Amino acid sequence: MSSTEPIAGTHVHRDDVGSRMGMWLFLFTELILFGGMFLLYSVYRFQYADEFHLAAKELNTIMGALNTAVLLTSSMTIALSIVAIQRGQKDLSVILQIITIVLALFFLVNKYFEWTAKFHHGIYPGGEELLAKSSGEILFFGLYYVMTGLHGVHVVIGMFLIAVMTRQTRTGTINKDSYVRLENAGLYWHLVDIIWIFLFPLFYLIT
Amino acid sequence: MTANEAAIKTNGHEPSYLEYKGKHTGILGWILSTDHKRIGLLYLISLSLFFLVGVTFGFLMRLELIAPGRTIMDAQTYNSFFTLHGVIMIFLFVIPGIPAVFGNFFLPILIGAKDVAFPRINLMSWYLYVIGGLLAVVAILLPGGPTDTGWTFYVPYSIRTNTNVMIALFAAFILGFSSILTGLNFVTTVHRLRAPGMTWFKMPLSIWSLYATAWVQVLATPIIGITLLLVAVERWLGVGIFDPALGGDPVLYQHLFWIYSHPAVYIMILPAMGVVSEIIPVFARRTIFGYKFIAFSSIAIALFGSLVWAHHMFTVGMSDTGQFIFSLLTMLVAIPSAIKVFNWVATLYKGSIDLSTPLLFVLAFIFLFTIGGLTGVMQGVLSIDIQIHDTSFIVAHFHYVMFGGTGFGFFAAMHYWFPKMFGRMYNRKLAKTYFWLLFVGFNFLYFPMFIMGWLGMPRRYYDYLPEFHSYHLISTIGSWILVAGVLLMVYNMYHSVRKGKIVTEKNIWGGETLEWQIETPPIHENFYDIPVIETDPYQYKMNDEKFEKEVIS
Repeated sequence: MSSTEPIAGTHVHRDDVGSRMGMWLFLFTELILFGGMFLLYSVYRFQYADEFHLAAKELNTIMGALNTAVLLTSSMTIALSIVAIQRGQKDLSVILQIITIVLALFFLVNKYFEWTAKFHHGIYPGGEELLAKSSGEILFFGLYYVMTGLHGVHVVIGMFLIAVMTRQTRTGTINKDSYVRLENAGLYWHLVDIIWIFLFPLFYLIT
Repeated sequence: MTANEAAIKTNGHEPSYLEYKGKHTGILGWILSTDHKRIGLLYLISLSLFFLVGVTFGFLMRLELIAPGRTIMDAQTYNSFFTLHGVIMIFLFVIPGIPAVFGNFFLPILIGAKDVAFPRINLMSWYLYVIGGLLAVVAILLPGGPTDTGWTFYVPYSIRTNTNVMIALFAAFILGFSSILTGLNFVTTVHRLRAPGMTWFKMPLSIWSLYATAWVQVLATPIIGITLLLVAVERWLGVGIFDPALGGDPVLYQHLFWIYSHPAVYIMILPAMGVVSEIIPVFARRTIFGYKFIAFSSIAIALFGSLVWAHHMFTVGMSDTGQFIFSLLTMLVAIPSAIKVFNWVATLYKGSIDLSTPLLFVLAFIFLFTIGGLTGVMQGVLSIDIQIHDTSFIVAHFHYVMFGGTGFGFFAAMHYWFPKMFGRMYNRKLAKTYFWLLFVGFNFLYFPMFIMGWLGMPRRYYDYLPEFHSYHLISTIGSWILVAGVLLMVYNMYHSVRKGKIVTEKNIWGGETLEWQIETPPIHENFYDIPVIETDPYQYKMNDEKFEKEVIS
């Protein structure tokens, strides 16, 4: 314990396992965040089974299925970009990340058309057409907008996150030896994907 | 010669975290510092300020209740006051409380680490805390009037009232995020950064309770986040979720709210229990009795505590089966809590007890927590709950647990670790004086509420029948004694940080845990070399042998 040693300064600390653990804990909180809404969904679905069935017919299954395919593909591309960086293929990794962002954008555009189509039919919170419907249908669309809306927010955050990763991959901050950030961004993106995997059948396929 | 080298010269060792000059200097060296110790102090300052605001609201409420009818404020103001008192005390003081201040400061030190796992996220959680706190204050000042829903934001009232509910909801949401980040940080830190040799069962007991708390923070808080968000969306866009006019079910809101808010009371109490387990062995000079029982009871409390939320709602019309299960689980929580109390008392038995201020606060904790805990079991009994639901009995109960428990635990921690944190000693004589003021004032303030509540005095009422007058009067007088104690304590702390007697010895209380083996105040990186742990955290041989000789044989 010598007291004359020079000041060490801020120590550099790197712990990839720790980072991943932190990310997983964060993903738990996200799952529980959506879990609250899935709980509400199941209670109301139980209470208003027929009306939910009726309301779900209003949703466009083809659009939903298309979006599901798009999001699943984007999950694959982000996973591949991690493999690419592990193998040191920097350019390939960047391209795969950009494809992921483009697919996410496609998802959002698709969602935009879906929502605006509903709005034209007066089906939006507080809309006259919607308020004229039964309680169960009002709740169905309330949950539909909130859950897909919050999911959409997560898609946007994910896109932003991956964009930052793309930049860092290009500058070399993320590289063959240090890619835990990209892995974590990938984990986040898989979460966005998996939540959609549950939203899709619950809203589109219960007709 | 840099400032750091100058400090080496005067100290004879590396500069303390208080003197350390990093990239930034002055105030920026604090608000941009990722040093867990500095962040702990930032929390201490901001928390204390909010605590004083909360105390002021509580004090004024009590003053209003000194006599029946209007005394100093109208009914609407009173509604806002109990809301703000609740929101500030719960979200800004007791929930962050011990983990944010003492957890941040001592968790890395106690496990032999240089910092938490994610120092920058740690700083970010402080910023979120401050933003949330300021929003809560803004909600008071903006036109529209302060929030008047109670801290529970029950629908449908919270959807319909015209006061500043949105800002308060947003504030609570951000504070929740801050709490999650602290929890996430602590779980990862405990898993990843324990010093070599620090196995799970060599961890100090406060780490066990902070660890259990951190898990509850991570797993329960998102539920309140989404619930408050849904209320906000419902207010803002008129989406039908909870509003009965749109087919929603307000009782579901209550379920979701308490799914978080009941575990939240364990977020509040568990760290205080950790502090008690830390202080008792030091001031009784005995190895803690039943280490593993105390450690596992923290986990058990976190576990059972997450499954009892509906006992807040026995009167809303639940199925008998539901009531029965929640009542049973509620009583089960009493078991791990009692295990802790018995082990603490057993540790004290035949120890050589040093009645310093930290131990006084701890003994008060045990006394007040026992009253609060046992009345909690009473409320878990279905038939009794129907009688006392929504009465001041409940108010008394949770103040005994939250203030008598967590509050006194917080004070105990402050008086225990103060010399280590600041390298100065507070006025110990004055500390004992205000301890008694706090203890006596506390009981005068809250005990009459048990009796009133039992006789039917509803909570949150602005006015009351003449027959309750003497109880309210005693309670209000108690609040004056308590506030006098709080003010003296704040004065003592404030004064001693700047002018208290300087402490340089490493181990002023004779503790055995790691924080007492490092410099006072700690150096920037806590340890010169990461320690290697070979012994259990509390080793007081002499008294233990005496105990064995006299008691066991």
